[in-house]
Amino acid sequence: MALAGRAALRWGPRLPSPSAAPLCRAAGLPAACERRYSSRGKEKLDMSTYPVESIRNFSIIAHVDHGKSTLADRLLEITGTISKTDRNKQVLDKLQVERERGITVKAQSASLFYNHEGINYLLNLIDTPGHVDFSYEVSRSLSACQGVILVVDANEGIQAQTVANFYLAFEAQLSIIPVINKIDLKNADPERVEKQIEKLFDIPTDECIRISAKQGTNVEKVLQKVIEKIPPPQCTPADPLKALVFDSTFDHYRGVVANIALFGGEIAKGHKIMSAHTKKRYEVNEVGILTPDEQPTHKLYAGQVGYLIAGMKEVAEAQIGDTLFLYKQPVEPLPGFKSAKPMVFAGMYPIDQTEYNNLKSALERLTLNDSSVTVHRDSSLALGAGWRLGFLGLLHMEVFNQRLEQEYNMSVILTAPTVPYKVVLSSAKLIKEYGKDQITIINPAQFPDKLSVSEYLEPTVLGTIVTPHEYIGKIITLCQDRRAVQKDMLYIDENRVMLKYLFPLNEIVLDFYDALKSLSSGYASFDYEDAGYQSADLIKMDILLNGNPVEELATVIHKDKAHAAGKLLCERLKETIPRQLFEIAIQAAIGKKIIARETLKAYRKNVVAKCYGGDITRRMKLLKRQAEGKRLMRKIGNVEVPRDAFIRILKREPDK
Amino acid sequence: APCPQWPYCRKRCSYCNFNTYVVPAVDEAAVRSCLVREAQTLLRLSQVHSVSSVFFGGGTPSLASPGTVAAVLEAVAAAAHLPAGAEVTLEANPSSTSTSRLAGFRAAGVNRLSIGVQSLDDAELRMLGREHTAAEARKAVEAARGLFPGRTSIDLLFGLPGQSRDAWAQRLEAALGLCDDHISLYQLTLERGTALAAQVRGGALPEPSQDVLADMYHTARTVLAAASFRHYEVSNFARKGALSTHNLSYWRADQYIGVGPGAHGRFVPRGEGGRSREARVQILEPAAWMREVQSQGHGTRSRVVLSPLEQLEELLTLGLRTDEGVTHERWGHFSPQLSLQAVFGAPGEARALQQQGWLVLDSGGLRCTWAGLAVLDSLLPDLLWQLQRV
Repeated sequence: MALAGRAALRWGPRLPSPSAAPLCRAAGLPAACERRYSSRGKEKLDMSTYPVESIRNFSIIAHVDHGKSTLADRLLEITGTISKTDRNKQVLDKLQVERERGITVKAQSASLFYNHEGINYLLNLIDTPGHVDFSYEVSRSLSACQGVILVVDANEGIQAQTVANFYLAFEAQLSIIPVINKIDLKNADPERVEKQIEKLFDIPTDECIRISAKQGTNVEKVLQKVIEKIPPPQCTPADPLKALVFDSTFDHYRGVVANIALFGGEIAKGHKIMSAHTKKRYEVNEVGILTPDEQPTHKLYAGQVGYLIAGMKEVAEAQIGDTLFLYKQPVEPLPGFKSAKPMVFAGMYPIDQTEYNNLKSALERLTLNDSSVTVHRDSSLALGAGWRLGFLGLLHMEVFNQRLEQEYNMSVILTAPTVPYKVVLSSAKLIKEYGKDQITIINPAQFPDKLSVSEYLEPTVLGTIVTPHEYIGKIITLCQDRRAVQKDMLYIDENRVMLKYLFPLNEIVLDFYDALKSLSSGYASFDYEDAGYQSADLIKMDILLNGNPVEELATVIHKDKAHAAGKLLCERLKETIPRQLFEIAIQAAIGKKIIARETLKAYRKNVVAKCYGGDITRRMKLLKRQAEGKRLMRKIGNVEVPRDAFIRILKREPDK
Repeated sequence: APCPQWPYCRKRCSYCNFNTYVVPAVDEAAVRSCLVREAQTLLRLSQVHSVSSVFFGGGTPSLASPGTVAAVLEAVAAAAHLPAGAEVTLEANPSSTSTSRLAGFRAAGVNRLSIGVQSLDDAELRMLGREHTAAEARKAVEAARGLFPGRTSIDLLFGLPGQSRDAWAQRLEAALGLCDDHISLYQLTLERGTALAAQVRGGALPEPSQDVLADMYHTARTVLAAASFRHYEVSNFARKGALSTHNLSYWRADQYIGVGPGAHGRFVPRGEGGRSREARVQILEPAAWMREVQSQGHGTRSRVVLSPLEQLEELLTLGLRTDEGVTHERWGHFSPQLSLQAVFGAPGEARALQQQGWLVLDSGGLRCTWAGLAVLDSLLPDLLWQLQRV
């Protein structure tokens, strides 16, 4: 598993291997070849034949599953970037988790070459992630673009993320090409979707292109629109070099590979450059374009998008949003963007402290490729030395954890996710200790007692929900149950409603999305954006097993919710913890006060009745699996708990 | 110890997931010759000199004719020494145990009978899909005791859907009045894929509660101990020394040879130069098994060499089911280098379990306490985990 994962990380199982030469196109056209070989013995492309006027930089944005990756696959095929086979699925999604979950979590770029009316165009496609957790990556990718293709499913219509993505592009003043995808489906209703787009985004219905990315219908037309509607970048090679770093990855052989967009000048091997952010100097080793694999070129020119390798050892040196320039010709840095803001924090600990160093190096390597994860060292009495990690959202946390397992073969203890609370201190002693009167709490263990606090603050988000109208009642009830306040309600057509709610972030972090999906039979969609802090009546709740606190489950919670949440957690734990040889008291406590209790009785009989006649091979397998499972058990006092039990408990299933 | 399997039944019971077949007509002569042939081949392969027991299981082996049983026993005696005192058990259903048939089996060489009574209540028997009534079961047991005095065992099930503690106590009382010197009491396991399990899952029948099951087991242990039965294995009780030699050898991890469709075995194939104990399974489907036996002499579907660790794991898992536990002698047979004391006497899981009163390690070996035996499956993962780390 682990090895396969590592391979998939680098190349993706369906990308051509060096022996699969037929996929490499003849010289003159960029080749989709493996990275390690692409820099050697290969004709370098001359990019000077693509002046600014013939360049278009664009992204595809869409709600998850509306066909973004499929459209990208078709565009790559039509332009000859990859050969046309029926195996091209999610070509740009290289990570194993992306393919398994059918989502994009990491932006990828590809340069496409396309002849339109006798002119050779260079079209740079910057693929974007398709989940709310990664909207930060979307806005980052958009900064390198002048336009977007907004893909909407002809059956599902506008969804919450469509709205969010549209506004990201709209606010960045990008040209928007609306595309209605999946018109081949039986229930497709492009007219209705066109009307929604008109109503919500003010785009005339006749500007929408109806396509089927799966079957290739009208995809050429999309490319033509890209050329006609999206302006070329406004810059010239005559200016001094000005390159925006909009993404970076880490290659174990060559160090940091920075994805750059040139807003002026040109760049080539041997140039001496400087980072506006770190002020460090580098010499360029290699530049090139992504097709989508790296294809070295002699130079990159203003308006072009590609990659750069310049001896940077850490991804932190290629800070996303940073500006690179020739160190003899300093320029005004481009307005960078805000660094990613973690919404969810969780403690991560090795199951066994002897694994600490291995986990440390795995974390270091993985965060090289995922700079939106923040890492702080942390330690706890119960769990030993570990880290507190910050993630963009719960999916991001799951994906990160899955990558740790798949690509680094690491199994870890993960504590209950918590959102960053703020606390206004009243205790002079604490103010002195922290050196300020307002602190951010990302670990429930550090939650200060009410006596030394004048106010607790919780983060909020503005959530957008799009749903068929028959589910409104249930959704409103759900939102109220989550302490949300309605801000807006709008019919986007006769059947669909868009709702806006101000949510406390901690009410949606774990399972709101699942609950929403479940009560709307999957039809409602959800997206959210940061909306600042609000005052809240917060307390810390502990969960005890036979009197011993379970550190993974300590949570900060709204006072009104503590009893119900404590009771529910205890009930869930009772169902999840396997019966043992002794009775287990499961309790929820606030301070010393027990607010809920369940009792898990001891096993009185646990022995298989018949153990002969049949084969015991199967039985031995089961026992051995249980024995090996002992290694992965977390011991709280005497109580053995399966390692994944806590996260399973926290992720409530709404139908239960 | 060969265990010939007769894979056929007249009807499938609602709780059974064994490898059994209900067919309109069995070509008994063909099955017989294949059982004989396979028994000869495998005995030769094992190079076992002396056979201490033979167990005819199934299926319903009492549906076979006494002639078939005799033929297999003759083949065993021809391939290896079969002492006069060797235990020869036949599993029998009350519906195929007329006195004359039983006399025929005795004449064929059977000297111990295990009767699948299962329950002494007609409603329960119907739920279990049994072909016989309680009265027929009584008659069968009485007939068997007449022919095999002191060597008749009965099987009973407890924990049936809807069965109360009191109902079970009554069945037990009735069984005590009927039985000979050996009783096997099995908690009903709702096996996946059986009709009974589907009924319980679908809600048509109630699932017995864990507490009730524990009480039933406890009651049975207490009542049988009071009636002078020795609780010598998790589900087996005997008095006057009427322990089943065959099953004991299985729990002691002796060698045994499975003969017939779907039979399982554990032995060292010395005849072909083998030196390691193997886990063997014969082909499941009778027709395919017969074709293979006819062409190859045996119908082995799979054979897997057991590593020394795996052998010890099996020994521990099986041995701890018995009241004698795993003796130092048996352990030493499989692990001459590392003693039981060295593995489980060191600080670790086993020692903690001893301190908590579930296990005993002493001059007799490693075994469960009275309380420990009822929760053995919670002890084993800890013990295997400790063993794996050695």
